[in-house]
Amino acid sequence: MNQPVFATWNDPDAKPLIQFRNVTKRFGDFTAIDDLTQDIFEKEFFALLGPSGCGKTTMMRMLAGFDMPSEGQIFIAGQDMARIPPNKRAVNMMFQSYALFPHLSVWDNIAFGLKREGKDKEAINARVEEMLRLTRLSKFAKRKPHQISGGQRQRVALARSLAKAPKLLLLDEPLGALDKKLRQDTQFELMDIQEKTGTTFVIVTHDQEEAMTVASRVAVMDEGRIIQVATPAQIYEAPNSVYVADFIGDVNIISGRAKPTGEKVAIQWAEGQPDILGTTTTKFDAGQEIHFAIRPEKVAISTEEPLDAANKLQGKVLDIAYLGNISTYHVELPTGHVIKAQTANTRRLSRRQITWEDPVWISFTDTAGVLLER
Amino acid sequence: MRRFVLIAVPYLWLVALFLIPFVIVLKIALSDVALARPPYLPQLDITGGWDSIRTFFSELDFENFWFLTTDDLYWKAYLSSLQIALFSTTLTLLVGYPIAYGMARAAPEWRPTLLMLVILPFWTSFLIRVYAWMGILSNEGLLNQFLLWLGVINEPLTILNTNAAVYIGIVYTYLPFMILPIYSALERMDDSLLEAAEDLGCSRLSAFWLVTIPLSKNGIIAGCFLVFIPVIGEFVIPSLLGGSGTLMIGKVLWEEFFSNRDWPVASAVAVILLLILVIPIILFQRNEQKQREAEG
Repeated sequence: MNQPVFATWNDPDAKPLIQFRNVTKRFGDFTAIDDLTQDIFEKEFFALLGPSGCGKTTMMRMLAGFDMPSEGQIFIAGQDMARIPPNKRAVNMMFQSYALFPHLSVWDNIAFGLKREGKDKEAINARVEEMLRLTRLSKFAKRKPHQISGGQRQRVALARSLAKAPKLLLLDEPLGALDKKLRQDTQFELMDIQEKTGTTFVIVTHDQEEAMTVASRVAVMDEGRIIQVATPAQIYEAPNSVYVADFIGDVNIISGRAKPTGEKVAIQWAEGQPDILGTTTTKFDAGQEIHFAIRPEKVAISTEEPLDAANKLQGKVLDIAYLGNISTYHVELPTGHVIKAQTANTRRLSRRQITWEDPVWISFTDTAGVLLER
Repeated sequence: MRRFVLIAVPYLWLVALFLIPFVIVLKIALSDVALARPPYLPQLDITGGWDSIRTFFSELDFENFWFLTTDDLYWKAYLSSLQIALFSTTLTLLVGYPIAYGMARAAPEWRPTLLMLVILPFWTSFLIRVYAWMGILSNEGLLNQFLLWLGVINEPLTILNTNAAVYIGIVYTYLPFMILPIYSALERMDDSLLEAAEDLGCSRLSAFWLVTIPLSKNGIIAGCFLVFIPVIGEFVIPSLLGGSGTLMIGKVLWEEFFSNRDWPVASAVAVILLLILVIPIILFQRNEQKQREAEG
């Protein structure tokens, strides 16, 4: 595992492929993008993640050239994109609806962009065949889009947008129309193709699992701003705000007042309950409002009092969600807080010890959660 | 049984309202003109038994169709009708397509209003609207007065009673039939297709040619047929707006029927006209079916 990890964004000398510089986009009174600055590097698989209306699609449409920023500049490969129409950009887009031309065959759909470049027939043929092979569509070349399945249509759309070998490929909710199983397969296929072609991918999605799976970096957006940009692991393990922690995966949030105690921070969160101990690198003032976020899988649940846990709380089981491989226990504390604890079901269900209304202990170490200011 | 009834309804409709009238007209076309009531012979008399039926059929002949070829008035009228229909269909398409395009691209809340505006003229009698055009196009009409007032022309233009007036009348009257099918084809079109075309290197104009036009093709064909077919047989517009030089088969038919009272020749003209119309319709439908089969 000595292979260097792909992390161009940490290299201070690396030149970004895409630069957003203080970009603001307004539609009438509505601000879709609010003073946004962000670099995206070559060969990245960059995911824009957020709820609908957060501005992620607007960002993508500005890269494609369908929308122009109201303020600020966008550079692609160092060139200001302000006056460049979509058909003059080395950027291709895969549309959410796929936007395949219904009157053209699969072959002609893929060849559409190449023909516009005025390439000679041989070159077009070769490139289309290559794309058909890459997306495993050779058998369907003569079919019309409505004669193939949803997954095949998705691959045609991908092949068409890759055919011109763009510097940057934009994917707008590319897997939204596929069912779950096919979506998971296609995610790996997308990563594979991205690696093979070396194209920079920017993907827009509201599905956090999808973003986590495919992306090298994820930008979590809300109301026209990027809240956090980091690798999927960092986003999950070290969210910078309650918003990000809550948006990605499942999380327990406990709010309280900080009480720095040496290396650790204690959180006073409820009368008569022991303080929660956490570890952090940021400095908190005494009495400052603080949020403790912990993932359910990092919370242990037991019937006996755990002896060596840094944090332990007593409660009773309110609900059990059995998901096959894992179970999530909702534990109600005497204060009314409900904490989710997750355990892997390594034993058969019949041997499970904990059931509804049982008094239980939940526990976690002092490094399991993160402390957040906001 | 229920299926049979369902299928029978359109067939009965066709038989009662198309086939039977057609057979009657064909029978008159095969008869001879006579000073009688009705003004043609022979008449079918079933009471006379087999013999009279046999003599009835023996007296039918194609003389009237033969007659149509002897006078060049008829084929000239057919030809000129086709020409006028073809030209005015093209004109209607050129005027109607941009209107349909504009409507389909308008904001969704405006579309019902625009559709209403297209359909609204139908609420007034067709004849009144043609008479209104006479008022607009005549030498002392609104159009000439307006142009004189503007100073574009010094003396009134003669528009009424020329082919130009006929074209204006036809385009005006049949425009909705062109707009509606094209509009419905364009409205269904996904806007992201145009964005995709631009994204793949098309200019706005080439995206229009390569995507919008092919996708509205069915609307264009339907609109053209809806205009072309009735215009060939058009009678009111050429006789009210056209002049003596405007030769159309509808007008000839009317004169044969009402001025000459030659029902058999008029019927023969009508039968030929029907054949001219039916052939393109059949071709069109076959084409449609082929397309549907190809798309499976």
